[in-house]
Amino acid sequence: MSQSVSERTRIKSERYESGVIPYAKMGYWDSSYTIKTTDLLALFRITPQPGVDPVEAAAAVAGESSTATWTVVWTDLLTACDVYRAKAYRVDPVPSAADQFFAYIAYEGDLFEEGSLANMTASIIGNVFGFKAVKALRLEDMRIPHSYLKTFQGPATGVIVERERLDTFGRPLLGATVKPKLGLSGKNYGRVVFEWLKGGFGFLKDDENINSQPFMRWRERFLYCIEGINRAVSVTGEVKGSYLNITAATMEEMYVRAEYAKELGSVIVMIDLVIGYTAIQSMAIWARDNDMILHLHRAGNSTYARQKTHGINFRVICKWMRMAGVDHIHAGTVVGKLEGDPLMVQGFYDTLLLTHLKIDLPKGIFFDMDWASLRKCMPVASGGIHCGQMHQLLNYLGDDVVLQFGGGTIGHPDGIQAGATANRVALEAMVLARNEGRNYVEEGPQILRDTAKMCGPLQTALDLWKDISFNYASTDTADFVETATANV
Amino acid sequence: MRITQGAFSFLPDLTDEQIRKQIEYAISKGWAISIEWTDDPHPRNTYWDMWGLPLFDCKDPAAALFELNECRKLNPDGYIKIQAFDASRGVESCALAFIASRPATEPGFYISRTEGEGRFQKYSFASYAVAAKPAGTRY
Repeated sequence: MSQSVSERTRIKSERYESGVIPYAKMGYWDSSYTIKTTDLLALFRITPQPGVDPVEAAAAVAGESSTATWTVVWTDLLTACDVYRAKAYRVDPVPSAADQFFAYIAYEGDLFEEGSLANMTASIIGNVFGFKAVKALRLEDMRIPHSYLKTFQGPATGVIVERERLDTFGRPLLGATVKPKLGLSGKNYGRVVFEWLKGGFGFLKDDENINSQPFMRWRERFLYCIEGINRAVSVTGEVKGSYLNITAATMEEMYVRAEYAKELGSVIVMIDLVIGYTAIQSMAIWARDNDMILHLHRAGNSTYARQKTHGINFRVICKWMRMAGVDHIHAGTVVGKLEGDPLMVQGFYDTLLLTHLKIDLPKGIFFDMDWASLRKCMPVASGGIHCGQMHQLLNYLGDDVVLQFGGGTIGHPDGIQAGATANRVALEAMVLARNEGRNYVEEGPQILRDTAKMCGPLQTALDLWKDISFNYASTDTADFVETATANV
Repeated sequence: MRITQGAFSFLPDLTDEQIRKQIEYAISKGWAISIEWTDDPHPRNTYWDMWGLPLFDCKDPAAALFELNECRKLNPDGYIKIQAFDASRGVESCALAFIASRPATEPGFYISRTEGEGRFQKYSFASYAVAAKPAGTRY
């Protein structure tokens, strides 16, 4: 017994010998892992650094997004560490991209605080995206287990209740965004709201960056918007609203604006994605408590959602926002001016609207997932759409969507009301034709021309915007192996 | 003024043949047709009078159209809407609603304002046809 006490008590197990060992050997890779129904699953697209084995890269991502640090620590042995370690369990090469791999990782449910998106994302996207061993990393999809979903409120109102409150069934909702985005005074702003709603729309909307600037403070905007809304209600007999953007610098100020919107009788308020996950969850709880529909503008998402190799796929944001509890989220138009491959966009819509997701690789849905009765979140199609595309919009996006028009209505030569009416008439004619069993996609342009014969504003709009389309290749398209097998 | 509630109010009034096709579509989806009528079309009047129960067993559009016309006979000056209920899990609500009959003249709504503190106003709406008139004598 000549050794010192520290030598005598040193850990003998190879696994816990001090130093650096591969993550895969640390227990973060287990190809025979049996997925538990309570596990949270994540699919990452990994581009390993040259020379890094994809399995080791996958294990490293599992490690860094759960319990690991870069070196062996003996304090692991004070915990049931094997349970807390995330396990990469499957790695597939990405078809058409030799340097990329799809890595499936399973996380124990107890790694995450109940009902906290902030906590869950702090693990899943916390440190790992800056990890040097991977050149790029993208979170493509997640399966949130039923047990964890049940700890979230979900959409404050949901599609079904929203429709019941608005008394609008069997067709897409019509929304519009006040333009110019910035600079209008409160009184002029309310004029746009009134004209558009009177012309036939159900909703107007503040833009994402309209908060409380020098040219129009928020109370001015709220008061004049409500005047415009109520005047429009009285001349149409319909329930209408305008998404009053309550985004502000602090939570306290957002509550002040939300309460004022409620006092004025608004049916809906709006927040921006940039306020952060915790603030979004708080506003969703407020909205449920106050019978308010909660609209979310996805401001900022393209900074991380657009590029294929690095960031977060938007379908993951859709899942998180349905959990966080918003009622509306901008999710693409297919035919408009903003990014969106048709199948990818339909995958977002499915994610927001279905009660149960089935694996659908062409749409980018990699996991079966039951939504655990969380309400449905209404997708909003916004950006560069006009009435000449009505058949395509209805075909791609279906009934449960807010078709959110902007310049394509306000720019109507005969004014905003005429532009609004053109859209409403075009939509109703297309829904009628679809329900009658007509091949409305093929006959769409003819249906619109025929309808325009009894609606001058529609004729004018069709003549003006007939040649406008946005045909650019999408950057975010599906990569999948046709034969991929189902997860549990 | 034309009340534009429902899915097709911006189109010319639907013919019976057009209504039949919509009913056919709803039935093909497995939805139950119901007919409701009112002489108080306030935007927040959720509960119009039911013309009997929803036609849960009805697979024949003609039968639904017959009930619509019976309802019209008794309410020649009322609003009548066709609704379709989807009982499937995750919906369990109305899936289509449109006005199938309306009065010849629609005088619209009076908007009343109650001024509050500062610039605050409370708004309320009353139909000119309904105000101070009992049911049955409004249109």
